[in-house]
Amino acid sequence: MAGVSTKEIKNRIRSMESTKQITKAMEMVAASKLRRAQAQISNSRPYFQIFYSTIQDILRANRDFQSPYLKERPVNKRLYIVIAGDRGLAGGYNSNILKMVYEEMMQGEAVVLPIGKKAVDFFRSRKVPALTEQYAEAADVDIGDCFSISKQLSSAYLSGEFDEIRVAYTTFVSVLSQEPTTMRLLPLSRPENSSEESVSRNRMIYEQDSEAVFASIVPEYLGGILYGALCESRASEQAARRSAMDSATQNAEDMIADLSLKFNRARQAAITQEITEIVAGS
Amino acid sequence: MTPFHLKIVTPDGLLFDGEAEKLIVRTTNGDVAILARHINYVAALGMGRAVVESSGNRRTAACIGGMLSVVDGEVTLVPTTFEWADKIDAERAEQSLQRANRVLHDQNASDTDLRLAEARLHRALVRKNVASFK
Repeated sequence: MAGVSTKEIKNRIRSMESTKQITKAMEMVAASKLRRAQAQISNSRPYFQIFYSTIQDILRANRDFQSPYLKERPVNKRLYIVIAGDRGLAGGYNSNILKMVYEEMMQGEAVVLPIGKKAVDFFRSRKVPALTEQYAEAADVDIGDCFSISKQLSSAYLSGEFDEIRVAYTTFVSVLSQEPTTMRLLPLSRPENSSEESVSRNRMIYEQDSEAVFASIVPEYLGGILYGALCESRASEQAARRSAMDSATQNAEDMIADLSLKFNRARQAAITQEITEIVAGS
Repeated sequence: MTPFHLKIVTPDGLLFDGEAEKLIVRTTNGDVAILARHINYVAALGMGRAVVESSGNRRTAACIGGMLSVVDGEVTLVPTTFEWADKIDAERAEQSLQRANRVLHDQNASDTDLRLAEARLHRALVRKNVASFK
């Protein structure tokens, strides 16, 4: 310890201090962005819940209903929509989701539609074919983009380009916990059996016919789900960054405390030595 | 008139949740009016004016895309965008209209551009029209 000069330690403390300031600022920025993202989630949640339950109601009310969106086909080619962040320094946020999707993807032939810069880079470096890299900035994707993506994908699905479409995103469980998940968009899953409900009682009238209504509703529904997944992912990213930066700040504080102790010891050692020298010399 | 329960939800939030006497919306096949005790009904929405009458109040809105469903007397409107007439930014609609017109008159515009511009023009026209009702 005596070998380390007090000046060196002082420099390290100073650099630590400035790092701490940066992480602290990033934490605060992430916290305010998180608040906004959370508000967005709670605004849009009723939309998905109601849309989802209405579609389930329609499916439950007539079991004999046919739609190409419902038909399970043998899966040859999958499409994954992967939502990740634009920037790093968010703890495990990007790597968790990307690793999970990549593992799942390798089980068959797959194409990705990456959203977010990190997702684009990841799949490019692994040479996974991408449908489009148009959505490299996750922060810029708005609801209009979600609807145009879903329209495009619905028609690609109907023309047989893909046999299954899945979306991979990070669910925002709470501020402290976010979970990467994948969800199937197409084909739609029928609700679990509820045959005891009388079908004849729940007769529905469809403007035009049920299939035409369904065909125009499904792309909107998917766009809605996609937007919801995007909102969740964004909130998760900010939450992950906030806690990563929080622990970075904590670490910096610990290191500063440690270094100050060392600094004081070194200073004291130097003083003691000086005194010994003076005493010995007299 | 007998009221019924109406919910209007968009991705921006729950815009209406309460009793209404009458709802008029534009479906892909034309305008329909929903009154209380309507039979179970599902329709895809087009782009157009929506009118909600509740406790004597009549409110107009621009309602674009999505769907309308009536299940056991519960009426749910799930549009992509829904703006009350007094909240519409008429200036923005006008700008969007002009932008769309420019693309539509452009000889070299691609098919997708034209399709997008057409949809934009349609939305802008609906908004402008509804804004004049406030």
